[in-house]
Amino acid sequence: METVVFLISAAVILSGALGVIFSKNPVHSALFMVQTLFGVAVLFVLLEATFLAAIQVIVYAGAIVILFVFVITLLGVDRAEDLKVEPISGQRPLAVVLGASIFGIILTVLIVAVGGPTGEQAANIPIGDATDNTKILGEALFSTQVFSVELTALLLTVAVVGAVVLSTRPTKPLISTLEELQNDAVEDEPEEKGGE
Amino acid sequence: MIITTTWYLLLAAVLFSIGTTGLLVRRNPLIMFMCIELMLNAVNITFVSIGSHLNDLGGQLAVFFVLVVAAAEVVIGLALVVAIMRRRSRTNADDLKILGG
Amino acid sequence: MIDLVWLIPAFPLLGFLTLICLGKSVREPIAGWLATTAIAGSFLSVLIVFIGMLLEKNENRQTVFTLFDWIPAGDFKVDIGFLADPLSITMCLFITGVGTLIHLYSIGYMHGDPDFNRFFTYLNLFAFSMLMLVLGDNLLLTFLGWEGVGACSYLLISFWFRDPANATAGKKAFITNRVGDWGFMVAMFLIFFNFGSLEYLEIFDILGSNQIAETTTTFIVLMLFVGAMGKSAQFPLYLWLPDAMAGPTPVSALIHAATMVTSGVYLLIRVNPIMVEASTWSTGLIAWVGAGTALFAASIAVAQTDIKKVLAYSTVSQLGYMVLAVGCGAYTAAIFHMITHAFFKALLFLGAGSVIHGMDGEQDLRRYGGLRSLMPITAGTFIVGWLAIAGVPPFAGFWSKDEILAFAWDKNPLLWLVGIVTALLTAFYMTRQVILTFFGKPRYLNVGDAGDAGDAGDAGDAGDAGDAGDAGEIHPHESPWTMTLPLVALAFLSLVGGFIQLPFSSSTKRLEHWLEPATFHNETHLHLSSSTLWILALLALVSVAIGIGVGISTYLKEKIDRQIFEKPSLVNAWYFDSAVSKFMGGSGSKAFTAVAKFDKEVIDGAVDGTGQIVKKTASILRRSQNGLVRTYALGIGIGAVGLLIWFLTRTTL
Repeated sequence: METVVFLISAAVILSGALGVIFSKNPVHSALFMVQTLFGVAVLFVLLEATFLAAIQVIVYAGAIVILFVFVITLLGVDRAEDLKVEPISGQRPLAVVLGASIFGIILTVLIVAVGGPTGEQAANIPIGDATDNTKILGEALFSTQVFSVELTALLLTVAVVGAVVLSTRPTKPLISTLEELQNDAVEDEPEEKGGE
Repeated sequence: MIITTTWYLLLAAVLFSIGTTGLLVRRNPLIMFMCIELMLNAVNITFVSIGSHLNDLGGQLAVFFVLVVAAAEVVIGLALVVAIMRRRSRTNADDLKILGG
Repeated sequence: MIDLVWLIPAFPLLGFLTLICLGKSVREPIAGWLATTAIAGSFLSVLIVFIGMLLEKNENRQTVFTLFDWIPAGDFKVDIGFLADPLSITMCLFITGVGTLIHLYSIGYMHGDPDFNRFFTYLNLFAFSMLMLVLGDNLLLTFLGWEGVGACSYLLISFWFRDPANATAGKKAFITNRVGDWGFMVAMFLIFFNFGSLEYLEIFDILGSNQIAETTTTFIVLMLFVGAMGKSAQFPLYLWLPDAMAGPTPVSALIHAATMVTSGVYLLIRVNPIMVEASTWSTGLIAWVGAGTALFAASIAVAQTDIKKVLAYSTVSQLGYMVLAVGCGAYTAAIFHMITHAFFKALLFLGAGSVIHGMDGEQDLRRYGGLRSLMPITAGTFIVGWLAIAGVPPFAGFWSKDEILAFAWDKNPLLWLVGIVTALLTAFYMTRQVILTFFGKPRYLNVGDAGDAGDAGDAGDAGDAGDAGDAGEIHPHESPWTMTLPLVALAFLSLVGGFIQLPFSSSTKRLEHWLEPATFHNETHLHLSSSTLWILALLALVSVAIGIGVGISTYLKEKIDRQIFEKPSLVNAWYFDSAVSKFMGGSGSKAFTAVAKFDKEVIDGAVDGTGQIVKKTASILRRSQNGLVRTYALGIGIGAVGLLIWFLTRTTL
């Protein structure tokens, strides 16, 4: 039973991943990404990390991918990118080689290693049942890891502030001369030129 | 066959490689971002599976924080992409080469 | 009282700094009096230190005063310190004493010169450098003073630099000195390498306790001698001294007679413990070079027509005597001759300057004559100087020269023979000079033509007699008191100066006992019986008499034809100078151009080439910075994979 679930979710994940990188249309890539994320969530449930599975779906698939789609529609980059041409020479072969070698390294490690993954059990918090997962996770987070939790709160606050600042429209006056237009074509400053 | 931890790790490895290759090949910034998310997910799988193997909650805790950071990263990254790409259409990562020597 | 030794160089330094700041803002004699006061203050300080040293016992007379650390560079430590011992104080005595007199003299001599203030600025700087040279307690300070006096010599020789010949003479002096400086520097490197220190007392201590290889000490001594050859104008580095007469006469008196040229001899005497450890052939070489130079220069002086050039070659010759003494291990005799030579040579130069001043700039001996009645003080003091240098007792020169000849006989009778012949020639040419200048009929009244009535002038040289019209109105006059007072003082010193070292018994050898703390009993002991000494003295007197006699009969009584002596080869200094010039201008300059090209292209090229290589490599590597994010991402990926593989190879799984 477990095997079957694993194999199916593995297939879902990998096909979704391949879809992400091979799609011409960014919206299609986003949808394939959702597929991958769902597969990963199923895998989490299989590994008895139920809380994480829920979070995965809610945060990743539910928020992050939505963000992506928002930006895609905002920027109008839904037009297709030309995948046949690769301007940087040698990039594609090297990329494939790189990917393959990373996989190969991990494979080597897994084959050569004797006895499977070992490691010191640092903070030995035993995992309970799948039903108790939330309780145990919550207890661990807010007792021993509370400092990190507060930091993540800070991080999120900063991220939000930063995002707002970065996307405000500048209040400079509209440009009027041809010169400035030409200068702006060189610079990288975001400039409002009347609605995009 | 029994699914041992090694299977999960192999799956994560494949996912990671696919993400890497996609990052290096695609030019659209948003798709490059999505490949980064793929890699992060692979790492998450690794953490959880090893945590389950060693019967340690630490793996899941790590995933929790990775998730939070990934969310924050996406927020900022997309804000940047918006800030840079707002004016141009049909641009991709290759057009941002002003810092070249 | 000895700890006031730092005042000695401080006064001239202060004078120099003040004069530099004042520049041209003070009117004429003030700068001169300021400079003279400065060096007189220095002389007083020397006297105080001298008296303080006399009051000490013999063993306590050598003290070191350190002012401050100069170069603390790990193992290489050099301090600014003064070594106050009898040798340095003796040198300071006559440097500052004669220096004060010459400063006073210059006030009168340089009167009316537009560059009056500059002259005294340089003179004070020179005094400071020379005092640092003799007072320094380590080789590097001595070298500092060495270079300083070389620079001041250059500045002062080419004082009237607007005439290019003077500037060239200055350059020649500096460059020839530089060749000597190379030897000094090599010696310093070797000394530091072998002894680990440059301080004199430390070197002597190490010499006493360790065994330094004889080849090393010999080489060090030879290199120091190269330096001394440059400064003290021995063959072949003497070429600059006759040309240096282009400078004002007080400069010739101070620098090229009394002080700077003696610094080479001083250096050799200062390091006498090293010389003792060197092989005997090296000291023999020093002695022979000194003797050879003495004879060589004396022979040239016989035929010179410029009053200052005679004295210049005479200086080279007397320096040769001093070097001969050093080579024979007779350090006291060398210092003795240095002192007496300072007195009478300065006197002669200043007297010549007085004559030139009185004759409105005329320097040719053939246009003098009969000045005795017109310049009585100058003539009188000049005659005293003549007797001193010729070696007529009881004047100073006799005692010092005789001492050197005695040591020379002890070392090698041939050396003595060379010395005796030189003494003969010295007496001869000085007699010639005195007679041509002060006796006979006045030749300066006949302008332009050689075969004139009046005295038997220069019968041979019709060539240059066609002078551009002298107005013919030369009125020789005596010089002002600022010039004649030093002459009288120096004449007195030339008379009595010999009594500090009389060879009659040990108690009269005051100078030798005085210098013992500095010579460390390293002097050669004379093994001559007193009868030998009397015979040698007698032979010296006979040679002097012959020299003076032949001189008088040739030039005053005209019994012997002077053309026997004034050969063209002697006039042209055995053509050595012109040969060197031809070489330097001809094949030499090709060699120099090649070396300069080598320096520019290979050595500079190596440095420039390094820069070029960096530039080219950078421009090649620059292409990796193309600004594309994806390329950088690829780079990161490759690096990460590489790292992983490397880690894997190192761990055991």
